[in-house]
Amino acid sequence: MFHTFVVYVENKPGVLSRVVSLFRRRAFNIDSLTVGRTEKDDVSRMTIVTEADPDQARRIVANIYKLVNVLLVDDITGQPALLRDLALIKVGATQETRSQVLDLAAVFKARVLDIASESITVELTGGEEKVDRFLELLSPYGLLEVVRTGIVAMRRGAKSPLVALKAELGPAPAEESDSVSHSV
Amino acid sequence: MGSGSTALTGARILWECLEREGVKTVFGYPGGAILPAYDALQHSSIRHILVRHEQGASHMADGYARATGSVGVAVATSGPGATNLVTGIATAMMDSSPILCITGQVGSKLLGSDAFQETDITGVTLPITKHNYLVTRAEEVAPAVREALYLAKSGRPGPVLIDITKDAQQGTCAFDFEAAAPKMRGYRPDLSPAKAAYDKALAMIAAAKKPVILAGHGIAISGAEREVQAFAERACIPIAMTLLGLGHISASHVLNMGMMGMHGEAWVNKAIQEADLLLAFGMRFDDRVTGNLKSYAPNAKKIHIDIDPAEVNKNVKIDLALMGDLRNILLELLPRVEPASRGEWIEQIHKLKGDTAVRDIQNLPDNGHLYAAHVINDLWRETRGSDAIVVTDVGQHQMWEAQYYKHDHPRSLITSGGLGTMGFALPAAIGAKVARPDAEVWVVVGDGGFQMTMAEMATIAQENLKVNIAIINNGYLGMVRQWQEFFYERNYEATPLLNPNFAMLAQAYGIKSHVVKHRSDVVPTVRAARAHEGPVLIDFQVEQEDTVYPMVAAGAALHEMIRRPNPIVETAEDE
Ligand SMILES: Cc1cc2nc3c(=O)[nH]c(=O)nc-3n(C[C@H](O)[C@H](O)[C@H](O)COP(=O)(O)OP(=O)(O)OC[C@H]3O[C@@H](n4cnc5c(N)ncnc54)[C@H](O)[C@@H]3O)c2cc1C
Ligand SMILES: Cc1ncc(C[n+]2csc(CCOP(=O)(O)OP(=O)(O)O)c2C)c(N)n1
Ligand SMILES: [Mg+2]
Repeated sequence: MFHTFVVYVENKPGVLSRVVSLFRRRAFNIDSLTVGRTEKDDVSRMTIVTEADPDQARRIVANIYKLVNVLLVDDITGQPALLRDLALIKVGATQETRSQVLDLAAVFKARVLDIASESITVELTGGEEKVDRFLELLSPYGLLEVVRTGIVAMRRGAKSPLVALKAELGPAPAEESDSVSHSV
Repeated sequence: MGSGSTALTGARILWECLEREGVKTVFGYPGGAILPAYDALQHSSIRHILVRHEQGASHMADGYARATGSVGVAVATSGPGATNLVTGIATAMMDSSPILCITGQVGSKLLGSDAFQETDITGVTLPITKHNYLVTRAEEVAPAVREALYLAKSGRPGPVLIDITKDAQQGTCAFDFEAAAPKMRGYRPDLSPAKAAYDKALAMIAAAKKPVILAGHGIAISGAEREVQAFAERACIPIAMTLLGLGHISASHVLNMGMMGMHGEAWVNKAIQEADLLLAFGMRFDDRVTGNLKSYAPNAKKIHIDIDPAEVNKNVKIDLALMGDLRNILLELLPRVEPASRGEWIEQIHKLKGDTAVRDIQNLPDNGHLYAAHVINDLWRETRGSDAIVVTDVGQHQMWEAQYYKHDHPRSLITSGGLGTMGFALPAAIGAKVARPDAEVWVVVGDGGFQMTMAEMATIAQENLKVNIAIINNGYLGMVRQWQEFFYERNYEATPLLNPNFAMLAQAYGIKSHVVKHRSDVVPTVRAARAHEGPVLIDFQVEQEDTVYPMVAAGAALHEMIRRPNPIVETAEDE
């Protein structure tokens, strides 16, 4: 099953390589990883999608917390959240097919960025499945070049984990689950 | 220096910070990129011990740390100096040992240019340090040193490395010790379990008929020796020790069964396999401890007390985890745990033990052979009641030491468990002796491993350290030979050793030496060594093709042990 983690890290040199090195060393696979700035200058935010069973997911969280520069890990898998992937797609389009491609783009609310004599380049933002589906429909026209950013994610609702960061730093307090009760 | 700030070079700030943090000794080796720091040593009261190879420096720092619990410090230059530290860093990482490594680095302007002796040591050590720093400005030195020391020893301890560029050492800045206090937003080593978890643990313990405590290295790290013993006594729970747990509960305690695992005693492993509750206290279910996981303690519920949440459910499926410092957790549990007697279970364990034909090896006739087990058992008898520290290397002798030397004091055994680093013993013993100069220190080392770091005899001589070296000389890379004997049809490929004359070698360093070939000479020679003021090396020329029993073969269940065929090497029991 795919797990999505939002990881808040101190904005310091080398932090990305620490996170990536951890996944490599522990033999966890990364499906996608994005990193970017946040509303706070000194905090960066990563969204990591990885294939893991619940036990592995718990271990991944516990291991990420062992990195000293990590402030907070939020496993948003199965939570109400917004997940967005951005794709730039260059698709083949001749005189005959151009309007079909443009129609598809309109249906998907993709932005047309460039039209050339034999291609159209569009930008699509959306959930991963929407992007997958769009690419599938475009593929008969010939996908000349595709780039996707990977997922960025945010929980729904007003609360930002960063606001609560001071209070909640480090692993959350142990949940009282019936089987295993530990602090991740 | 008072409070407030003074202008100092990065190099001087380095020593000043270490000194104020309580560091008294460092182990190191100079070179170009660390020279500014060495030059600044003249202003510091810190003692510098010159090693003969940087691997020795990191093992010495490790031995220092394991003997005391305080951070051991190693210093090296850039490039080859730094990479030579790596084995010692990985060793400390595996066994949660707090060390700080300081390396020089080329000037910050040259970083990334493949400059002379430039190695990306923070990159190299990323997976084998708890954390590391690349310091490029004098201003960063003090915060890095203070953070690094705090990181190394807090929470689950481990190695931390600071790589300091030459210009950061030479540069000058305002130094304010107080202002450099650690401020780490993301680092929270102080976990504690939920209330409900304590209640649940107590209920599970009360319900258990056949509980066993699995006592690990975390006991010493936490300083929970007394609490574990009190807990075991109150609830009447027998204790099994990991290799790194040995000594933290006295071997002579009635509830202490001895070592578990691959070369643990059969009754200990059987007790674990038959248990209905395992209480893991600061141990991480290493594969040498569990044997085949599928058949590991199948009837037992498992409670894991550990400071590192990443250890929970890693190897063994846990029923209840209490995450936090062992001592703190036991202090909560102790007043609430129900006193019990568990007579039946204790009796059953005694029966298991009886069935392994325990015998005092001391009473066996001298048949002209010198067995390592005898050497080690005699060494134990001679040093008993003293505060002796035994530092072992890796191999057969290490396992015989664990079996036949009965450790009664915490931190009296120092050994590389997780990485199994040959060459560890001699330098680690130097670190231990420097840390605890009043303690008697013995090195128990194989003829193979000794040759990996024997250059450190020069360090012993130069520092005039009273370290006693017992080489268990079997003419083989014995542990590997044993595996070849069991699993590779006795094809002794690359395991026989042609050794130098160790006694003469010692003399060349000015170290007194003896050769022992007969059992009757063991005790007198150990006595002579103890009586001698300076360092001593004893070359114990033992039976060459002797085997460590019992043994759980890789992949076998914990109770399926290969048992001792030969009565000469039956388990030691006290008179
Ligand atoms: C040749 C050879 C043979 C070996 N055979 C055996 C064998 O037969 N039996 C055996 O037991 N070992 C054996 N070993 C050693 C084995 O590989 C492991 O090193 C050892 O079992 C680890 O012991 P440990 O889990 O107690 O210690 P560590 O690996 O040091 O683990 C310590 C644990 O304590 C936790 N901890 C740290 N601080 C605290 C705290 N304050 N509070 C709570 N928890 C804390 C840590 O998070 C960690 O989980 C052998 C090694 C070699 C080289
Ligand atoms: C640095 C290193 N290299 C290789 C090994 C593999 N190894 C484990 S035990 C052993 C043999 C040790 O021989 P010796 O030091 O003579 O001790 P003995 O087993 O004979 O007591 C070897 C080679 C190791 N543990 N460490
Ligand atoms: Mg040998």
